[in-house]
Amino acid sequence: MIQYIIRRLGYGLLILIGVNLFTFFLFFSVNTPDDMARLNIGGKRVTQEQIERWKSERGYDKPIYWDEKQEGAKKLTHTVLWERSVSLMLLDFGRSDARQAVNIGHEVKTRMGVSLQLAVPLFLLQVIISVSFALFLVFFRNSRIDFWGVVLCVLMLSISSLFYIIVGQYFFSRVLRLVPINGYAPGLDAFKFLALPVMLSLLSRLGGEARLYRAMFLEEVGRDYVRTARAKGLSEQVVLFRHVLRNALIPIITSAGSYLPYVFLGSLVFESFFGIPGLGAFVIEAITGQDFAIVRTMVFLGAVLYIASNALIDVAYTWVDPRVRLS
Amino acid sequence: MMQFKIVFLWTDIALWGLMAVLCLYVLRIRAQATLRATWVRVLRDPVALSASVVMGLFLALTLLDSVHYRTALPANSEGAVFYESRTNSLLDKLLARQIAMRETSYSEPLSYRGFNKENLAAEGDVVRRDYPRLQFGGAHLKNPTQDWIGDVLGRAGQGLALGLLASALLAALMAAALARSHGGWVQALRDVLADRTHYPLRAVLLTLTVIALLSGPVVMLMGHYHVFGTDRTGNDVLYQALKSIRTAFVIGALSTLATLPLALGLGVLAGYFKGWVDELIQYLYTLLTSVPNVLLIAACVLMVQVFLDKNPAAFETGAERSDLKMFLLCLILGLTGWAGLCRLVRGETLKLRELDYVQAATAFGVSHLRIMQRHIVPNVMHLVLITVVLSFSELILYEAVLTYVGVGVDPTMTSFGGMINLARSEMSRDPVVWWSFAAAFGFMVTLVLAANLFADGVRDAFDPRARNLRPHVLKKK
Repeated sequence: MIQYIIRRLGYGLLILIGVNLFTFFLFFSVNTPDDMARLNIGGKRVTQEQIERWKSERGYDKPIYWDEKQEGAKKLTHTVLWERSVSLMLLDFGRSDARQAVNIGHEVKTRMGVSLQLAVPLFLLQVIISVSFALFLVFFRNSRIDFWGVVLCVLMLSISSLFYIIVGQYFFSRVLRLVPINGYAPGLDAFKFLALPVMLSLLSRLGGEARLYRAMFLEEVGRDYVRTARAKGLSEQVVLFRHVLRNALIPIITSAGSYLPYVFLGSLVFESFFGIPGLGAFVIEAITGQDFAIVRTMVFLGAVLYIASNALIDVAYTWVDPRVRLS
Repeated sequence: MMQFKIVFLWTDIALWGLMAVLCLYVLRIRAQATLRATWVRVLRDPVALSASVVMGLFLALTLLDSVHYRTALPANSEGAVFYESRTNSLLDKLLARQIAMRETSYSEPLSYRGFNKENLAAEGDVVRRDYPRLQFGGAHLKNPTQDWIGDVLGRAGQGLALGLLASALLAALMAAALARSHGGWVQALRDVLADRTHYPLRAVLLTLTVIALLSGPVVMLMGHYHVFGTDRTGNDVLYQALKSIRTAFVIGALSTLATLPLALGLGVLAGYFKGWVDELIQYLYTLLTSVPNVLLIAACVLMVQVFLDKNPAAFETGAERSDLKMFLLCLILGLTGWAGLCRLVRGETLKLRELDYVQAATAFGVSHLRIMQRHIVPNVMHLVLITVVLSFSELILYEAVLTYVGVGVDPTMTSFGGMINLARSEMSRDPVVWWSFAAAFGFMVTLVLAANLFADGVRDAFDPRARNLRPHVLKKK
């Protein structure tokens, strides 16, 4: 077990280093710190002096990958890459490039709370509703209900999530005036702001998810143990819930687990459409503002969460299936 | 004679290349009995066949929109020829009237007057505030308040009649084609209508009839009205929706194609050689999947944007620039999206390499390259095919999201994502401007749904396990 954890951590670290180098290379292969400075200061006439000051304020005034002028190990450490990477690995995210007042670490902490408020209910409801809808279809398999249910699923997954958002916002906020169009308030008030995005997000994913889960259940329904259970005279409900559902848990965990990083990172589209100040909206702002510090932080966080959720999925496997051993 | 020069845009070349590959694949299908049998199974599925007919029509529009040219301006005094800065396609030529029918601002579908009130100068000095007449939409009506409804219904009726006629003609054609094998054309017609043909022609006939009945009135009306209204700058929405089809198709098709070399190559290498090669490739795709996809794409697109901004002189026209941007976007989507297929191919190769015939080939001293080429790759092709058709529709949906985030296709290029993006603010106007949104919705859902249904048909035929998942109603006796 301990060996497993060590190996897992080591591999995770390797991936993180890779991700870090990769984003660095990707960004600086065309951009230079000068370009970034020019873009961020804005305006037509940017003097070299301003650029230098911008760079030294943010620590971009060193060479990017390799410093020839320094001695020994300093060749490597006196660079943007080294300084930034080390601070990132120590979870010190520093400040935003565009707005120095923004402390990324602080921002991430407060925004993640907001994102979680949207994403946790969404994640739980999504799994519950999709699985129950899929079970419902499987219960009525080979009938018209199943047929039209699958038709509905295919139709729903052919509609872009943007359509759900725009129609939902129009219908529930403008016509029925049930909930505010967008915005966010902390505390209990959050409910009325979050209800609509959660519902629409559920709808937009239901088709694809339910169809996937239905396929998993049908795979299990064809197995011998199901036939045995039926032969024992168990009712269809018991067969489905006690046998099929339990055995299909592994693929369900795999598929639902792949959403876990996004539970923390928030949904880009939904957050920005509904004006919810979570991490998703933060990322969009950073992308449009070309804020390298924020984009890098989010990429790094995304990778950490991905690795963590993969480990969590593995642990969950051992929990639902005692035959699985971590080794 | 009007002079013109053909413009080869990057995506044009790629699309026509893709068509050539498709033709080669069809030849290959004809030559191989097993492959042919599987594809016959796809085509015998009524839903998949209907979906492929719809896809075929969309593809035809795309190809029409992929032959670009620039017409020459009238020669100047020195005889030097200059070309128009606007790049046209054959589709533009067909829809020239839609482009010319440009109003000043919003107008409702089929309307003869503008959407917003304006100050109109009446006789004398009195200024009246009313809806202005449109310059083109319903311009032929002398007395619009009375004639409008009759004119629209009349034209729509003509269109429906034409559609019916086309459908009847199609049925007759089918009957004539089947006359020999079914014993007389009357019998053939009966068999088609009763669905007793080898291929489910009734479904095809039904699909095409619906399309004919829908497009008949549109064709009859579009010369005199804006069937789907006009957008903020007065452009015809129908024209924009038709142009968006190409963008969607290019993104869907080229991006999936761009994933193939890496996914297939690395997947086979990893599965075949195992050991450190496998470890390395697994590391690469874990790395790629651990970065949130949108962020990765955004970073790459920003790079491309910087590159394009630094080299403005490299492009003769704006069309070339935005086209290259779309082409690079497809490449980016391909380079960031190969992990899923690669994992599948690796898994399958791991299984295949232990099979007897591969072991036998190894024992005979066949080279690694040749084993992979002859024995492994052909046997993972079904996985590749299924993934390709499935991801086609996903990417079309993804384009809309990317364009919303601001890292999609160039704003100058019409796309469904762009239309939806604009619709967002239009839907919050009062009274609401819904037609651009509705048009984008209709076309996009049709395209994606057809692609999804076709993909399901292909998966059912190529993956025996998937066939059990198909919902079918058991008939009670």
